[in-house]
Amino acid sequence: MSEYRLEMRDVVKTFPGVKALNHAQLKLRPGTVHALMGENGAGKSTLMKCMFGIYHMDEGEVLYEGQKVQIKGPLDALNRGIAMVHQELQPIPERSIGENIYVGRYPTKKYGPVTVIDHAKMYEDAEAVLKEVHLNFNPRAKLGSLSVSQMQLVEIAKAVSADCKVLILDEPTSSLTAAEVEALFTIINELREKGVSIVYISHKMDEILRISDEVTIMRDGQYIGTWDAKGLTTDFIITKMVGRELSNLFPKRENVPGEVVFRVENFTSINPKSFRHASFEVRKGEILGVAGLVGAQRTELMEGLFGLRSHTEGKITYQGRELKINQPKDAINSGIAMLTEDRRATGILGVLSIADNVSIASLNQYLIGGVMLDDRKIEQLVQDNVAKLSIKTPSSKTLIQSLSGGNQQKVLISRWLANDPDVFILDEPTRGIDVGAKYEIYCIIAALAKQGKSVIMISSEMSELIGMSDRIMVMCDGRVTGFIDGAEANQENIMALATQFE
Amino acid sequence: MGKKINVKKLISDNAIILLIILLAIVTWANSQNFMSRDNVGNLISNVAPRFIIACGVSGCLITKGTDLSAGRQVGLAACFAAMMQQTLDYSARVFDWMPDMHWIFALVLTVAIMAIIGAVNGCVIAFLKVPPFIATLGMQTLVYGTCQIITGNQPIGGFKESYRALASGNFFGNRFLPYLLLPALLVGVFMWFLYNKTRHGKYMYAIGGNESAAQVAGVNVSASLIRIYILASVLYALAGFLIGSKAGGASTATGTGYELEAIAACTIGGVSVNGGVGRISGILIGVLVFEVLKICLQFLRFDPAYTFIAQGLVIIVAVALDLRKYLAKK
Repeated sequence: MSEYRLEMRDVVKTFPGVKALNHAQLKLRPGTVHALMGENGAGKSTLMKCMFGIYHMDEGEVLYEGQKVQIKGPLDALNRGIAMVHQELQPIPERSIGENIYVGRYPTKKYGPVTVIDHAKMYEDAEAVLKEVHLNFNPRAKLGSLSVSQMQLVEIAKAVSADCKVLILDEPTSSLTAAEVEALFTIINELREKGVSIVYISHKMDEILRISDEVTIMRDGQYIGTWDAKGLTTDFIITKMVGRELSNLFPKRENVPGEVVFRVENFTSINPKSFRHASFEVRKGEILGVAGLVGAQRTELMEGLFGLRSHTEGKITYQGRELKINQPKDAINSGIAMLTEDRRATGILGVLSIADNVSIASLNQYLIGGVMLDDRKIEQLVQDNVAKLSIKTPSSKTLIQSLSGGNQQKVLISRWLANDPDVFILDEPTRGIDVGAKYEIYCIIAALAKQGKSVIMISSEMSELIGMSDRIMVMCDGRVTGFIDGAEANQENIMALATQFE
Repeated sequence: MGKKINVKKLISDNAIILLIILLAIVTWANSQNFMSRDNVGNLISNVAPRFIIACGVSGCLITKGTDLSAGRQVGLAACFAAMMQQTLDYSARVFDWMPDMHWIFALVLTVAIMAIIGAVNGCVIAFLKVPPFIATLGMQTLVYGTCQIITGNQPIGGFKESYRALASGNFFGNRFLPYLLLPALLVGVFMWFLYNKTRHGKYMYAIGGNESAAQVAGVNVSASLIRIYILASVLYALAGFLIGSKAGGASTATGTGYELEAIAACTIGGVSVNGGVGRISGILIGVLVFEVLKICLQFLRFDPAYTFIAQGLVIIVAVALDLRKYLAKK
């Protein structure tokens, strides 16, 4: 019996034009949680997809319990006891929870020559599996009736139900609330005690340091090293991930908040469970952080202000002038810009070029004779922004979907800069962006505030809120529960307000 | 090394077009008449209206929609035009009271009436949120019924010579240059300009690429969609007007199945079924592929039934090849 449950050695995987994995390796001991870390694009997910049989590696080998194996596909992996919870869920919302857990491997029974699905057994098993991970859902309910975070837990239940020996969790907590994260950690601990090897991919340092036994760090598809998690520090991990010293996580801010310019009063959603009676104000040149748990309706409030959601009452004013906003176009014309939370779903125009993505919100400015677009002006705009925000792209004709998350975000910021808005609403501006690019985004935000823009920034990362905000507004369950001065903010006083349920 | 890969990619990306060119060369080698003035002129006359229809459908396809009512709309437009262009002394006039009118006037009227149908399509899709496939399927049947009532289910003939000459005449009496070349050319240039150089075009691609993101970026999605479906109907009207002239008659059967040919031509020409992608030059190539294929098989004396089989294969293979390009990138 080998020391390791599973070993990946010298894995090389090339995609057209990119060497995604360059002699990567991973060694999993039984009964441990192994954190796999690296910036976006470091090859973590690719390596896991090779382990799970989604990708076939060009070079390298996999040893499973001491035996050299070739994993042919996900089904093969599952049969060998390797399960994976993907970063992006693949739910079938219109089918029941039980069916989602057992899809592709339904329990069957035979009536003579006819094999049918044994629904009774499936739901019984599903209930048992859900219990095992402390979930109290009716397995017959539609998956779509659950929230995104609950679906993620069901996905984990599904992996557990496969009775796996290796469990890969790819950013499992990205949409979970604090309480759900605790529940997940309990499950992980139980699995570890049963001897399951768990690969844990996450960007959240505190989680990694808390839950993992060993940490493997990758950079640019290469193996950097494996360390015992005890005694590791955030700084050390980041230095290894980025490959250089990061003296400071946040840039020095030189903005000076001025008079109050943007004011929201008694803003209430058409949906009684969403935001209600929200009032706040933002100063010129101020960064207002917005804190809250998942479900606090922060995104909904901001999308309401931007005209993406309907409101019943409330007043928005800029410099005393009332703004009438019923659709995003109105908000844009009133000088408001918004970076939405889900960049892929509501931000980028994936199959279009960077030039198109940058110019789409400001085309009215580049007209010749009121009709024809001036391609030279648009190119100039793109080049200016590429230089100003240091967007890394081969050309302005490159499709935005081929850029990294950080560069996509910069393109979206340029889109709004072209309109020269007064108020920037940024919803999770650094979500899914690697450490190096995060810093650049922070610099851009700080620069906006310095220019006198009013910035509203929703974030679920405490350190980011505390490090970047002049003031923090806290929401809970659709209400604004308080404001904290940036200098005095800490985890405790924010959480106190964020959990002020009625 | 790099150059070699490019050649290979060029061949695989344009496999269908290369095959068709090959087929045309083989046909030409077998029959000297293939490149004759008559035949080429005929090809252009066939391509012209189909290209105009395909341009109309392309906007719907690029925004992830479709227009199944295209063919029936072409038929209705042809019938309208036909009714207005019958000679006064023709015995079986549909409407006795119809005054003698210039063909330009008839064209403008046809376009105006058909634009209303496009507006209805657009509003149903933009405001009632009916999926385009269903909305235009309903419109297809609706237009067909309307056409039957208006024409009394009788074929319409007896056109004025001035109307007939529009499609049958040639510039400078040169059969290489049929009159039909001109409207197709104008539509092509206009659509290219619209798609590449105007806000409407950019908004259209943005909606097709990601409708929610386009809305967040301030694009008035509803207005854009309505404009797209109106423009589509206007182009069907023009095509119907020309097809009536070319055929010398119109009936409820005119235009049957043209929507499928147009959608197929767009797809072969690289208009992505996933939205956001498509060029006018590609659409022209798509239409050409189909028409050249038809004529070649005709010249090689294949039974017309085989032509359908060949067309069907081309559609499936072309889309499969097109999708492969995207799959490979994953």
